[in-house]
Amino acid sequence: MYKIYAIGDEPVHALDGVSLSIDDGEFVAIMGSSGSGKSTMLNILGCLDVPTRGSYLLDGLEVAKRSPAELARIRCLKLGFVFQNFNLLPRTSALENVELPDLYMGRLNRRERKARAMDLLARVGLRGRELHTPAQLSGGQQQRVAIARALMNNPPVVFADEPTGNLDTKSSVEIMNLFTELSDEGITIVMVTHEDDIAAYAKRHVVMRDGRVMRDDRGEGGRKTTEEVSRLVKEALA
Amino acid sequence: MSFLTIFKVSLRSLGRNPVRSFLSCLGIGIGIVAVILAMAIGEGAKTMMVREISSMGNNLMMVFPERRNRGPVSGGMGQGQTMTAGDAEAIKRELGHLVRSVSPQVRTTVQMMYGAKNWAGNVQGVSPDVLEISNWTVTDGRFFTDDETRLAARVCAIGTTVRANLFGDDEDPVGKVIRLKNMTFKVIGVLGSKGANNWGQDQDDVIMAPYTSVHRYLQRSKFNTVNMMNLSLVTMDDLEEAKREVGALLRQRHHLADWQDNDFETRDTTEIMNTIGSVTGIVGTLLLIFSVITLVVGGIGIMNIMLVSVTERIREIGLRMSIGATPRNILVQFILEAIVLAAVGGAAGVAVGIAASYAVGAAAGWPVLVEVSSAVYAFAISTVVGLFFGFYPAWRASKLNPIDCLRYE
Repeated sequence: MYKIYAIGDEPVHALDGVSLSIDDGEFVAIMGSSGSGKSTMLNILGCLDVPTRGSYLLDGLEVAKRSPAELARIRCLKLGFVFQNFNLLPRTSALENVELPDLYMGRLNRRERKARAMDLLARVGLRGRELHTPAQLSGGQQQRVAIARALMNNPPVVFADEPTGNLDTKSSVEIMNLFTELSDEGITIVMVTHEDDIAAYAKRHVVMRDGRVMRDDRGEGGRKTTEEVSRLVKEALA
Repeated sequence: MSFLTIFKVSLRSLGRNPVRSFLSCLGIGIGIVAVILAMAIGEGAKTMMVREISSMGNNLMMVFPERRNRGPVSGGMGQGQTMTAGDAEAIKRELGHLVRSVSPQVRTTVQMMYGAKNWAGNVQGVSPDVLEISNWTVTDGRFFTDDETRLAARVCAIGTTVRANLFGDDEDPVGKVIRLKNMTFKVIGVLGSKGANNWGQDQDDVIMAPYTSVHRYLQRSKFNTVNMMNLSLVTMDDLEEAKREVGALLRQRHHLADWQDNDFETRDTTEIMNTIGSVTGIVGTLLLIFSVITLVVGGIGIMNIMLVSVTERIREIGLRMSIGATPRNILVQFILEAIVLAAVGGAAGVAVGIAASYAVGAAAGWPVLVEVSSAVYAFAISTVVGLFFGFYPAWRASKLNPIDCLRYE
């Protein structure tokens, strides 16, 4: 895949011939310094953007030439998102935030929707805080609401963009444990991060630089420690 | 996403910013108040004028002798000498199927005296039919009869202004003898008050006497000419036919050849009503223009707020898009928000406008007519304003790129 932005007169090759295949149930960390193209990568994988050239098959479906409305439908049905800055609707209860994706999906009736949202909030450890607004929740709790929201439509894939970037260490560990559980349940997780200790939770590590994949470690050697991830990144970028 | 759900989402978004929502409603609300007020006052003023016009007479048609010019000097309406009381009698006799009653009218100004008091005023020489034609009532005593008219009896009915000036409040004028131009006339009745007419003229400053008596004793005229005739038609629907028939009869009686113009003119209240209609129409158009301007200003206010809202909630838009909102979902959501704002403003404006109309009506003593249709129109208009001015911001929101939105700081 190629993604070329025109900034001024100079074309910027954000993705310069990336080829990647992610299987069902994988837990992938896309790593790299800023400007490496990892965010562009995530946007395209998350159907928020389309490549300038090349092809992206999601679940066997060509995504590259879709209209914004079609992309929205794909996101609605198949993808969940967790953002660095949580992106919860302000002044809106956790429950309503979690219910939101199904409003666009329209699969459940009101009672079912509420029941599912309550279940999901309990699942991420927020039982009893359903009616709290984001302002009444800590960063870690907000991110858990966001994860519950990402799971609302029961998507096979969840994308996470620096999910712990705004969290303290303790909350980060809790959030990453949650992702690990989801991964164990078979949900495919694609996460962008530049923190080695966070990336260590993933099973597969993709290191990028200048719009190219420098290293794709499929993690056959089992779970890595933070030190091993650091070494891997260092080697890839050397 | 169902329309109803988007509607609820819109309501919830508005509810999150109550103060701003209220302020953006305000512009439209004020515009609608202006529209309602303008319509109510316009209709009220028109109704009042129409009511006063119809108080001039029932199915009234007036016939005047032609305007006669002596060289360059115009004689003015009703100053011709071509029409006689006989014409009035002929109309009543021959056109009874069209004309219910006819009263000739002669006017003269006299000095009137009773005891030590005197007053100058109008004497109208009429027939008893005038009561029915012009909606006069008699509060004390009685009006004169057809017999008294035929015999030129020296009797009269006086208006309340004349009564106040000649008799004061305490004395009963009925049966008293007053002097008009040194002729004694017996007061047999007092006319019910009609107040001032549209032109501010005091209609109660009048004495009514048989036209025969006015001719004989006050004008000392050898001719039987009248200043005008008031006709009450059986129905206003036959106005054109009545005009034609009366015209034909008068031409015949006045021995006019085909090449001669009419020596009389007819007037009816529909002409006056039309004039009033065109005046109130102009006023109404002006008010409408102002209202439209106000609504446009209100609409721009909503557009402004919606543009701010789109920018302010750009991350919300990005988020909604990322979790599956289509551009159309976003478009509809923001248009609905604008429509709800405008509709709520419109509804409040209708309520306040109706209240204000009654307040203004009570203060000005006007009849207030708030028509249901105008309230419905106002509400519909505000909704359309919301749609119109909400479209552009909503369209912009729907064209946003989710990535840019999510990154927006």
